[in-house]
Amino acid sequence: MIGIIDYGMGNTRSVQKAIEFLGERAEISGKISALDKCSRLILPGVGSFGAGIENLRAARLAEYILSRVHDTPVLGICLGMQFLLDASEEAGKHAGLGLIGGTSTRFTAGKIPHMGWNSVYGLKSPLFNGIGDGAQFYFVHSYRAKVTADTIAVSDYYGEFSAAIGCGNAYGVQFHPEKSGEAGLCLLKNFMRL
Amino acid sequence: MLSKRIIPCLDLKDGRVVKGVNFVGLRDAGDPVETAKLYNACGADEIVFLDITASYRGGLPMRETIAQASEQIFLPLTVGGGMRTVEDFKNMLACGADKIAVNSAAIENPSLITEAAMRFGRQCVVLAVDVKRNEEGRYDVYLNGGRIKTELDALDWILQAEHLGAGEILLTSMDRDGTKSGYDIAFTRKVADTVNIPVIASGGAGSMKDFYDVLTDGKADAALAASLFHFGIVDVRDLKRYLSGRGVSVRLEEL
Repeated sequence: MIGIIDYGMGNTRSVQKAIEFLGERAEISGKISALDKCSRLILPGVGSFGAGIENLRAARLAEYILSRVHDTPVLGICLGMQFLLDASEEAGKHAGLGLIGGTSTRFTAGKIPHMGWNSVYGLKSPLFNGIGDGAQFYFVHSYRAKVTADTIAVSDYYGEFSAAIGCGNAYGVQFHPEKSGEAGLCLLKNFMRL
Repeated sequence: MLSKRIIPCLDLKDGRVVKGVNFVGLRDAGDPVETAKLYNACGADEIVFLDITASYRGGLPMRETIAQASEQIFLPLTVGGGMRTVEDFKNMLACGADKIAVNSAAIENPSLITEAAMRFGRQCVVLAVDVKRNEEGRYDVYLNGGRIKTELDALDWILQAEHLGAGEILLTSMDRDGTKSGYDIAFTRKVADTVNIPVIASGGAGSMKDFYDVLTDGKADAALAASLFHFGIVDVRDLKRYLSGRGVSVRLEEL
């Protein structure tokens, strides 16, 4: 069972439908008792960083994720990826979960949000097994994390940024695998096999 | 590099896909979910579902269609037609839609754009604008599928909508729609140069070159077509190979 963490924000249903399409069960829940039964956790996210991290903390889900990640693969999607970082500069400065180093900052050029299909490269994680360099994924975001040693895929929109990050059991993808056609489904399948 | 998007549009009436020439003389072109799956398999980048009955009949949008489509198609799905309130947004997003296109309702109540953008993010809010060129060479905004002319100047309205929180513009030329004589390149470029959000060009596609022109000269971020794809005049897969071969960045299907 895959646990999709529900904290009142984010398109949880689309992620669930993709997991179910791949033949696995997925439970959307904000309850620790339900998430405890899940062997993998997905942290989706759409919306603002400040409100999201506040909801996660208020529901004690922030500390719960930190307690599970040492033995459970966790995948943050979009804003969910940014929560894994140290901080975000979205509307002030907010601390993140600090599982992976870095800060998300706003794009400074181009149309914002960065929305649409973009290619990712420099792939270095089993998350991208079977996916070729340059494969395209669907992005919708206004903030991005710079490329660091924990970057496992790079994309470029008026400069390179982290399309995916990974450190230990914590993984994050800036794009939406549940909206990225075959490539996205392949990535989710890989996550389910980690 | 960000790719240019190719977007098939399914015009829905009574749960079926239709497309009329200049919105009259509707022809039946099949089941929406099956049609959408076909486009998904051909490499469409996004799919728009437009309920063409909703805006003047007040009929319920096709929630069932979207719920079914989103269980089998893992692409961005946009829904338009008859979406009038933030509650309509919420319900349709819950069914599996990613973006909601508003047209008449946003004109009658511009604060809908802001409310929806604040609640769901501006990337959810697509402003659909139907425009017709007037004798002075400016563009007027039309309502209800081109039935009613408003007093709005298209460029002014689009700019206002961007300020209100729209995340994308779906620009339909009523002069070109259904004619297969090509997109309105000049006005699409004008809009794309004016706003800092993506512009989807719509109305008039008749050949692969028309897509090339609007995505290059017209500066559109995406190009939408309906009947051209439905009746197999242009195949999405062939189109993307054609564009790629001419230096336009598009998503090809290879993993």
